[in-house]
Amino acid sequence: MTLKRTAPLVLMTAAALSMTACAQSERDSGDGGGGSSDVKDTLTFGAAGAPELFDPLYATDGETFRVTRQIHQGLLGIKPGTADVQPELAESWEPSDDGLSWTFHLRQGVKFSDGTDFDADAVCYNMERMYNQKGAGQTAAEYWTYFFGTFSDDPEGSLYKSCEAKDADTAVIDVTRTTSSFPTILSLDSFSMQSPTALEEGDANNVQAQGEGFTYPEYSMNPVGIGPYKLDSYDEANKTVTLVANDDYYGDPPKTKTLVFKIIPDETTRRQELEAGSIDGYDLPNPVDWQGLEDDGNNVQVRPAFNVLYLGLNPEKNPKLKDLRVRQAIAYALNREQMVTSQLPEGASVASQFMPEAVSGYNKDLEPYPYDPDKAKQLLKEAGAEGMSLTFAFPTEVSRPYMPDPQKIHAAFTKDLEAVGIKVKEVSKPWNGGYLDDVSANGAYDAWLLGWTGDYNAADNFLGTFFSDLKGNDFHTSVMPWGKTLSEDLKAADAIVDEDERAAAYEDINKRIAEEYLPGIPISHSPPALVTSEKVEGLVASPLTAETFDTVTVAK
Amino acid sequence: MARFIIRRLLQMVVVVFVLSLMLFFWLRSLPGGTVSAILGERATPQTRAALTKALGLDQPVWVQYWRFVERAAHGEFGTSTRVLPGADALDIFLSRLPATIELSFFALLLAVVLAIPLGYLSARRAGSPLDSGLVVTSLVGVAVPVFFLAFLLKYQLAVEHHVFPVSGRQDNLSCTRVTNFFVLDGLLTREYDCSVSALKHLVLPSLALATIPFAVIYRITRASVLEVLGEDYVRTAESKGLTARVIRGRHVLRNALLPVVTTIGLQTGGLLAGAVLTEKVFNWGGIGNALADAFEGRDYAVLQVLILAAAMIYVVINLLVDISYAVIDPRVRTR
Amino acid sequence: MSLPTPANRRKERVDALAATAATGPGGALLEAGSVDEKPGVSLIASAWRRLRRDPVFLLGAAITLVFVVLALVSPLIAPHDPGANLLIDKVRPQTNPVPGPEPGFPLGADDVGRDLLSRLLVGSQQTLVVGVFATLFGLTGGLTLGILAGAFGGWVDSLVMRVVDVLLSIPSLLLAFSIAAIASRPSQLTVIIAVAAVQVPVFARLLRGSMLAQRHSDHVLAARALGVTRRAVVFRHMVPNSLAPVIVQSTLVLAVSIIDAAALSFLGLGNPNDRQPEWGQMLGRAQTYIYDSPHLAVYPALCIIVVALGFTLMGESLREALDPKSRR
Repeated sequence: MTLKRTAPLVLMTAAALSMTACAQSERDSGDGGGGSSDVKDTLTFGAAGAPELFDPLYATDGETFRVTRQIHQGLLGIKPGTADVQPELAESWEPSDDGLSWTFHLRQGVKFSDGTDFDADAVCYNMERMYNQKGAGQTAAEYWTYFFGTFSDDPEGSLYKSCEAKDADTAVIDVTRTTSSFPTILSLDSFSMQSPTALEEGDANNVQAQGEGFTYPEYSMNPVGIGPYKLDSYDEANKTVTLVANDDYYGDPPKTKTLVFKIIPDETTRRQELEAGSIDGYDLPNPVDWQGLEDDGNNVQVRPAFNVLYLGLNPEKNPKLKDLRVRQAIAYALNREQMVTSQLPEGASVASQFMPEAVSGYNKDLEPYPYDPDKAKQLLKEAGAEGMSLTFAFPTEVSRPYMPDPQKIHAAFTKDLEAVGIKVKEVSKPWNGGYLDDVSANGAYDAWLLGWTGDYNAADNFLGTFFSDLKGNDFHTSVMPWGKTLSEDLKAADAIVDEDERAAAYEDINKRIAEEYLPGIPISHSPPALVTSEKVEGLVASPLTAETFDTVTVAK
Repeated sequence: MARFIIRRLLQMVVVVFVLSLMLFFWLRSLPGGTVSAILGERATPQTRAALTKALGLDQPVWVQYWRFVERAAHGEFGTSTRVLPGADALDIFLSRLPATIELSFFALLLAVVLAIPLGYLSARRAGSPLDSGLVVTSLVGVAVPVFFLAFLLKYQLAVEHHVFPVSGRQDNLSCTRVTNFFVLDGLLTREYDCSVSALKHLVLPSLALATIPFAVIYRITRASVLEVLGEDYVRTAESKGLTARVIRGRHVLRNALLPVVTTIGLQTGGLLAGAVLTEKVFNWGGIGNALADAFEGRDYAVLQVLILAAAMIYVVINLLVDISYAVIDPRVRTR
Repeated sequence: MSLPTPANRRKERVDALAATAATGPGGALLEAGSVDEKPGVSLIASAWRRLRRDPVFLLGAAITLVFVVLALVSPLIAPHDPGANLLIDKVRPQTNPVPGPEPGFPLGADDVGRDLLSRLLVGSQQTLVVGVFATLFGLTGGLTLGILAGAFGGWVDSLVMRVVDVLLSIPSLLLAFSIAAIASRPSQLTVIIAVAAVQVPVFARLLRGSMLAQRHSDHVLAARALGVTRRAVVFRHMVPNSLAPVIVQSTLVLAVSIIDAAALSFLGLGNPNDRQPEWGQMLGRAQTYIYDSPHLAVYPALCIIVVALGFTLMGESLREALDPKSRR
């Protein structure tokens, strides 16, 4: 990646020598010339982190997707305010009878922001481009690996098979197996459609491993896609990303012409900036601030919870946990109700299963284990596990939507566990400093706190993530007699084409997980929020945090 | 003198080499790291292994170090993985440096402008309530945690009363960047509103960062003036009947300022440490902020370069200070 | 290596102190049992006489005394168990994140319903522990290096001082947070070690400077000439004579340690276990609530400021009293 940066000293001298001639102002006098209307032409939003790059294929985090979502669209989109898919660049689609071949009817008359036509060839170009990643590109295209499996050099493991442009407006994508995830995953930002011309010219696939990092081609900083906005500049020195309206956009032009993301990692500072009026809104306000923000006239929008926090258990590390009664005792011992009311925001709920209610396959009949320390003691006694010890871990240096303050949650549960006679050994590690490794790769803890925010509306995205992989899952279900059954049933359920049938299968699995297996204790679903000043209108909060800003207006 | 400087420079090379070695092995002995920072909850054993291999982190540490040295010899100091993925770590350092220099410069300026006159005043009225008051005030400044002071300033002057902006370096005015020194850039491109905006953003962070250098410079000035006032030549001058102004200017201040100047030099290096906190509180896009980001995201390449470069700046400043010592005070021998 | 090579404020202060101890009449300050006994005693006496009347010193000493006494007796006078979530049922993240004052809880509770007053009182204990142990660890490390360098000189000196240079070349806070971060299990101990590590090179330089200056001073030469062993010279003569600046520096380091520990907490690298309260940790964790419940941050911050000020006032006036130059 070549960044446009200047050698400070040389230029400084040069500029100083010819004060006027050399360093002319490059900006157009654009700020608010014809301000006749009562809305502002700039919306400034506080982002919590810097974007990595602007080619979503190689992006991995939410802060990057927040930006790319405004400048890129995919075949499928997300219906505002929900977790459900809706047509975007494809107007409709249908599967073949065996569910292995999908036909997409494309929206007509659409152009990329560089003027290139969007047609079936462009779709196939994009699919093939992703499928044909080589070398470092494969590792960098993390979402592809996660959702599609492998690349063209190992077709066995890939979900994607081929793409064919039937005519200009019809693309057919073949897959290697049926899964509930396809074509839903095409709504993910990573698989957005980008301009073939620009990809080609910008040498977009030229990702190289270089000295412990990847270098990205120029294209990743000059993206060309289809969206209400296009990238204007990323001012790294001043930590702002500026987007401007894309005049070639097929839909309604954005109501606010310029969209600025101001990167403010510190939460308190974001709130102060909002109160001072220098930003119009920000994401993920701390629950403790919600009331205060509302009192000051701001608008706190609570997204439906699309996540789950759980207490994971590792029966391989602590064999006492192999006994269902011990695991149930832990479930009875935890005062989840109190933790939820005293620590999580309004709208949070105690979880009865490993996925939120909005996901199809959710079993409405299940009730969470109630708080019952006496029952817990009794179960421990029956299992001969009184006074057992438990290494119980939590991460530091992190706050997640499902887990605003891990340390506090951990402290509350530790008290609960000690109250029923379990000896708790507290362990903590930094989130990026070994915690995740210890949970997943090393299996170092008996019990731990972790959670998951869904990528899209499919039970497989929750349950599959947790338990499908028999050998590699965090819960070490392979040492349990039911581990294999669970893994196989989950894979079978995912392959069911009929939606109702699939939902029924997942409901059954959820019931068994809660009553017979209990590989971990689901704790809670916690709604993240979004805050805007009273001047902002038209922002629709998304449970997937996939907001688009083109419908937003800011009053003067 | 030349030999002395050469020797010190050689020593610096050794120091930086040892530091790079320590840093490299230390970073890689940390649990977790780049891979887990990139993958997050989504990590699977397969992706973790693939990424570890792709980044070369599966190699023995000395092999990694050797590669690092090889690349460094070619002027490549590694590629960022989190702060600005794909960017050269040295580029990141260079692009962030102006922000820190700008902040440190104004903080130091503020400290000097306040500390020297007040230190002089204190010394002239040594023992007076004013003197005691100033001494205690300067010490209070040292005792207040920087981030707490920063928060108070921000809350009072930016949030409650909109006198100064809350955070950042500049309003979003789409200013032209020339040197990345925002105040200077505005002057060069004649975008004066950019300079004004940058100056406004500078006030609070400089104030917070200035407390410690203020206290130090103030106390040195005071002590130094006190000492000079007691020297024979000042008494002589007084007895000769020279006017107070001449004595003050020609004798007292000139002689008293020597140690002060050295101290100011020393403070420049020390500011870096305080900058980490100040930049974090004010979301200031400088070295300190990049350090914190790099640390959180376990961006090894950037961490290495930032720390090594900071250390080098430190060492060079010390060298300059030592040289100036030798130049100013011939009693100091460079053996 | 004859240049005074101060690297920063720490170093600067140190060298000034070293000079104080090693040269001039102050150098003979603590030479009890040595040749010039009388002037030494009179110097201490005169220093003490001046300190006794110095309001700055008295204020600092008073604060320190109150702090230490508080740390000792606070568990007895705290109204509640500082670790008990007594008001947890009143905590509601949005409507009542931090329960306010009520009968029996004059300052209210913190975000998990623990009595704030009790936590502040008992917090003095861990704060003192952090300050004292960080200083002790820093002192021990620094003394070892400094004595090695100062006693042997030559290549030992060069080697030790290069190590010290490397340590000093990393900005202090960065060093601290690097060490806090390397600990795979952050705890109070890692905080203490991190904060102490910053002080090691400071003490090392201080000790070495003053010992080096003494190597050629009369009393050491005399002892050598009398055939006293190196160890005896070092430990009976050189080390005791260097102690005055070390004591002064320790007082100042106590303050710095407490503030640095708070900074570590602020950066999220503090002790994650907060059953035993500590002011820096309380302040660090209060950030989340600083907007609507600033008192949660202000109280521990004030405590830190007052105590740090106490140590600083005491240290600075001690230094001034012991510095022959400032006597007039």
